Amino acid sequence: MTQSIRVVLPAHLRNLAGVDGEVTLDVEGEVTLRAILAELETQYPVLQGTIRDHVTQKRRPFVRFFACEQDLSHEPPDTPLPEPVVRGAEPFLVVGAMAGG
Amino acid sequence: MSGVRVLVGTRKGAFILTSDGKREKWDVTGPHFAGWEIYHMKGSPADPNRLYASQSTGWFGQLIQRSDDGGKTWTPAGNKFVYDGVPGTHQWYDGTPHPWEFARVWHLEPSLTDPDTVYAGVEDAALFRSSDGGQNWSELPGLRGHGSGPHWQPGAGGLCLHTIILDPKNPQRIFIAISAAGAFRTDNGGQTWQPINNGLRSEGIPNPTAEVGHCVHHVAMHRSKPNVLFMQKHWDIMRSDDGGDSWKEVSGNLPTDFGFPIDIHAHEPETIYVVPIKSDSEHFPPDGKLRVFRSRTGGNEWEALTDGLPQKDCYVNVLRDAMSVDTLDSCGIYFGTTGGQVYASKDAGDHWVPIVRDLPAVLSVEVQTL
Repeated sequence: MTQSIRVVLPAHLRNLAGVDGEVTLDVEGEVTLRAILAELETQYPVLQGTIRDHVTQKRRPFVRFFACEQDLSHEPPDTPLPEPVVRGAEPFLVVGAMAGG
Repeated sequence: MSGVRVLVGTRKGAFILTSDGKREKWDVTGPHFAGWEIYHMKGSPADPNRLYASQSTGWFGQLIQRSDDGGKTWTPAGNKFVYDGVPGTHQWYDGTPHPWEFARVWHLEPSLTDPDTVYAGVEDAALFRSSDGGQNWSELPGLRGHGSGPHWQPGAGGLCLHTIILDPKNPQRIFIAISAAGAFRTDNGGQTWQPINNGLRSEGIPNPTAEVGHCVHHVAMHRSKPNVLFMQKHWDIMRSDDGGDSWKEVSGNLPTDFGFPIDIHAHEPETIYVVPIKSDSEHFPPDGKLRVFRSRTGGNEWEALTDGLPQKDCYVNVLRDAMSVDTLDSCGIYFGTTGGQVYASKDAGDHWVPIVRDLPAVLSVEVQTL
């Protein structure tokens, strides 16, 4: 089954990907962090390595994942995302952590 | 008339300054990659319109950008820097083993002959090469495999490979420098490397004359004399006349021999430039006077160049990759400061003018003579 998932990227990554506003991804199967990021990197290869490490696939330290007012950053990558994200009612947010600079 | 293009990397983006051969009026474009740190930009000697830029932030990591039109437009290239094999460990600041971790690209050195071949010096220190225009990167593992790698320790700015010099007369020979491991040379195209630190003396390490562990800040070579190297070490200006096999100090009458950049006149291989900084704990010019020092004798005898530079209340720094020269008949010298100014002299340092002011802190300056 394919779900249309809304993703909000931070400004730097929107610029890199050449997009304005939200991105819509068609995600096959169960909608997890891993599935969303894989589809995002497939559609926008320039984002490979900017959100998670190329090799380890670990989230970069100053990147956060939010959805439905929850911080999902520390969830295992195969955790199913909240139902409102799955049905497209709420976006999945990739956020640059507030860390000065 | 020929012209000059100055590539300026800053803490918050890249800027490109262009002028005709008179070097009086400058056109400034940018910021390119606004908000990102641009540690270094450099053009291919084989194709001046081919530029490479190292773009990074602590948030989103590393990108390599490539331009084929002299910086008007840019395309992201590859950003996958993976150490060869099992990365192993180097020393951490406290002396404990620390896994090698990629942080950023400090320096990009395009091949002298092939626009698609470019070297990258990275933190944690390693040397990578791309032969497809920056799309794919492979480590030259012989450097870290030299055997001393587990003993390398980061300088204050990180364990960074910041200097790459390609020998114009011997394509098998490359020089690199790492803070704080020292200088290394390969004579077989990067397969094997040897430390070239004989003659360096660093009081900040347990054995001041150790084979590795020296905080080399920058090295320069004149293309007509590839066996002559000049080095700005943490402290000390050094000179080698045998391709790095041995070094002698040429700090001479400098007010302080701490500093970061060092460069050489385009047409006078014994005329060298440094920017003395007060000390390792006070990274600004002595007495609030920004002075470039020039030696026309290959070191030891230095003269202060001050005309046009601030001589009071100036407390900027000039970083290691932030000085460059053009190759016009009257050699131009350029440097950028952490205060956001880029100064230029079109008469080999006798007179200076700011060609742009109030940029973000300048990390690197490279000059192309077009």
